[in-house]
Amino acid sequence: MSTQSLSPEQAAFDATIEADLRVEPRDWMPEAYRKTLIRQIAQHAHSEIIGMQPEGNWITRAPSLRRKAILMAKVQDEAGHGLYLYSAAETLGITREEMEDLLLAGRQRYSSIFNYPTPTWADMGAIGWLVDGAAIVNQVPLCRCSYGPYARAMTRICKEESFHQRQGFEILLHLSRGTAAQHAMAQDAVDRWWWPSLMMFGPPDDESPNSAQSMAWKIKRHSNDDLRQKFVDMSVPQAQVLGLTLPDPDLRWDDARGHYDFGVIDWTEFNEVLRGNGPCNRARIEHRRTAHAEGAWVREAAAAYAEKQRARAEGSAA
Amino acid sequence: MSGTPPTALWEVFVRSKRGLSHNHVGSLHAPDAQMALRNARDVYTRRQEGVSIWVVPAIEIVASSPDEKDSFFDPAADKVYRHPTFYDIPAEVQHL
Repeated sequence: MSTQSLSPEQAAFDATIEADLRVEPRDWMPEAYRKTLIRQIAQHAHSEIIGMQPEGNWITRAPSLRRKAILMAKVQDEAGHGLYLYSAAETLGITREEMEDLLLAGRQRYSSIFNYPTPTWADMGAIGWLVDGAAIVNQVPLCRCSYGPYARAMTRICKEESFHQRQGFEILLHLSRGTAAQHAMAQDAVDRWWWPSLMMFGPPDDESPNSAQSMAWKIKRHSNDDLRQKFVDMSVPQAQVLGLTLPDPDLRWDDARGHYDFGVIDWTEFNEVLRGNGPCNRARIEHRRTAHAEGAWVREAAAAYAEKQRARAEGSAA
Repeated sequence: MSGTPPTALWEVFVRSKRGLSHNHVGSLHAPDAQMALRNARDVYTRRQEGVSIWVVPAIEIVASSPDEKDSFFDPAADKVYRHPTFYDIPAEVQHL
């Protein structure tokens, strides 16, 4: 298989991208395109699966049956989103088992946001409003990603994600309008989640070396900084409705730009968390590893049962 | 580096409502057909997206190759007379 820029396969691939058509699993594609997508989709899938932990933490302690039912449905959705994405990644030739093993070995990543702890109930609100809100801003353009199976998975995910953000906003609104202690709890959660949420859009454009190639391939449609700005612009008026403040003294409307200006992001923190030194990095992978190991007997039992049924069916057919 | 044994891959098709055909929605892993169906219900129809599900072992699907797209579909390309717009009909003719 030639990867020279003038090969007929490359020309056909380039024409597909140029015409804004979708690349499908069995089409020829450059190895670098395939690798980039595998890395991105697997990381996205792992984020959904690891992302179940910070919220799963509160299922048994949700303040009412209504909140508990909602939180369980949300965490179940995250499992579902992980599965849609693993399914999309597998069409590129990597197996589910390889991805699981790479995650547990720390050789594929998940979003750094899930390495922060959830000490209070208000964190369920802040995660829904800010973390899922930032995820939506990131994910909506991915519905038009050039790789068909990823785009289709994202369409499904975005439809479901809207409930996640709204239930979070509702939690914060109730707390903010509750007692002084509840209001303070909501404010504290927003103070802790605001900056990490801004980091979810990735490094600034001039320090994001892979962005240009991903944009040329139409995997990515907008730059990190553009999406981050969009999220800030959406969030400020929402914070006002919540009656909560955002922890940034430099946040102010800029009439000339038509956008909110905001302060400098602490990229040292971001890089530390990426490097494995966030508050919960070890706990998250350890928990995943334990869950995977403790689930082994279920997978073995299901496989043994399937084998027994197969043997029985063959026996009666003979 | 591989503690995880593989399970069979199934392709999932969902009929969203009566009167429509089953559409491919994605895939999943399951050791047998019954578990594949149950998993498909949980993964792909959490919001009543379907009234019927098919699961098909992925290895049983036979697909045309994208590489031979042109030669494979060529025979249909020169039969424009199969389309109603091929025919010139006087403008005053109604209901045709």
